[in-house]
Amino acid sequence: MYINKISAQNVNFYYGKTHALKNINLDIYKNQVTAIIGPSGCGKSTFIRLLNRMNELIPFTRLTGNIYLDEADIFDPTIDAVEIRRRVGMVFQKPNPFPKSIFDNIAYGLRVNGIRDKEYINEKVEKSLKRAVLWEEVKHRLHESALKLSGGQQQRLCIARCLAVETKVILFDEPCASLDPISTAKIEELIMELKKDYTIVIVTHNMQQAARVSDYAAFFLLGELVESGRTQDIFTAPKNKKTEAYITGRFG
Amino acid sequence: MFRKAKEFIIEKLIQVCGLASIFFVVVIFLFLLKEGLAVFKIVTPLNFLFGKSWYPISDPAQLGILPLICGSLLVTLGAAIISIPIGVACAIYIAEIAPSKTKEVLKAGVELLAAIPSVVLGFIGMVTLVPWVKNIFHLPTGLTALSGSIMLAFMAMPTIVSIAEDALYSVPKSYKEGAFALGATHWQTIHRVMLPAASSGILAAVMLGIGRVIGETMAVMMITGNAAVIPHSLLQPVRTLTATIAAEMGEAVVGSEHYFALFAIGIVLFIISFAINVTADLFLHRENR
Repeated sequence: MYINKISAQNVNFYYGKTHALKNINLDIYKNQVTAIIGPSGCGKSTFIRLLNRMNELIPFTRLTGNIYLDEADIFDPTIDAVEIRRRVGMVFQKPNPFPKSIFDNIAYGLRVNGIRDKEYINEKVEKSLKRAVLWEEVKHRLHESALKLSGGQQQRLCIARCLAVETKVILFDEPCASLDPISTAKIEELIMELKKDYTIVIVTHNMQQAARVSDYAAFFLLGELVESGRTQDIFTAPKNKKTEAYITGRFG
Repeated sequence: MFRKAKEFIIEKLIQVCGLASIFFVVVIFLFLLKEGLAVFKIVTPLNFLFGKSWYPISDPAQLGILPLICGSLLVTLGAAIISIPIGVACAIYIAEIAPSKTKEVLKAGVELLAAIPSVVLGFIGMVTLVPWVKNIFHLPTGLTALSGSIMLAFMAMPTIVSIAEDALYSVPKSYKEGAFALGATHWQTIHRVMLPAASSGILAAVMLGIGRVIGETMAVMMITGNAAVIPHSLLQPVRTLTATIAAEMGEAVVGSEHYFALFAIGIVLFIISFAINVTADLFLHRENR
């Protein structure tokens, strides 16, 4: 069995009166890729946004239950959300580089963490870009605007940005939804490579993608966690009829 | 056939209305030029702009508007120094920090501030601010550039706040999310991501605020003391370009050199406002690109 990195226990989440997540219990294992699948509006994104406390940016929401990261409750009132986000990075559906240079996009995360050492920043930027397999494409134009990059390059830049701040967990919220197949393949390859050092959670609409990249899968439907387990098992022998129907494409 | 004619007439009517505004601006400018340029038969443009004394009714008349330009610039500078930090901070608070109820109240409040007629602000300044400035700085009179700057800051604030707030609000939410997800604090997000992303809009807000201050007349006339001398500090009375026109136009004989000089001041003001608005527009435009 693998080491438990994140553990959600009896999690309920409300947007105003809407009950968006219903009693979720899910373990996420270290150095594994966990895919969250399910139709639109089933609470997938809501769930992973809890894991780095991004939900707090939305007013009028309420949470019950606990989420543990390395056995410490991330919603403990004594813990700062900023601290959690430095350990749990996030890559969004639409690539969102800052309107700054490629270099500054990555250096920003380091600077907000209080790092001023230029040498270290230079080194870290190069390392992160290499790790995100973007270095070769951008090494001659680090000081050009990041907005000039293609969508796929922007997304890898956003991943590099995460890697630079040395998070332990990376959350991917449909990272390939706005990308072409070639860029998608690159990102998937990268995700599989990154799991050596990171714990990865990916929300995806794409069943093939979930099957390709993930070790574990969790199927959400209408705010409930219907089934979770090894991806292999879920895709070949789902226990629940609804999971089977969704995976085989009968709805969603 | 009839429908087509109707379309044609309506289209032309709208076109005429659209062109009318430009037409009027041009006509106003031409009128200003016609009346104002006559002054340069009496005084050279250089002596007019940089002459140090304004005695339009002495004989011979001395028509140097440097004291007035200095007065306008000093009051504007003072107002800018006061209103820009407060205005931008207020915009940040409304756009980023305030809970939604406070936000609504504040926005309404700022709009209300914009709705106060300048003569009322001037009057309030005259009875409250002026004695206060006089007592604090132990001056012979509280009618100073400082008083004018403070009152004008109130007038520039609504413009600065509402436009800067718009600029901050239109920064894509994804930038903010990205910064937060990297573990930036709220202030780090505002300072390093939101403000740079909104910078051109904020600059435009500042320029428009300043434009409003330069053109303001009533309040400055009431509380700056109206002494046409080159000021050496904010604590002296000054007279602005606008106040000069407003105060003297009534008594200037039509067709006299005084009358032409006032129109020439109008040209100077027009050029200053125009330059400021064009700059603001350039900044706004840069944002759209």
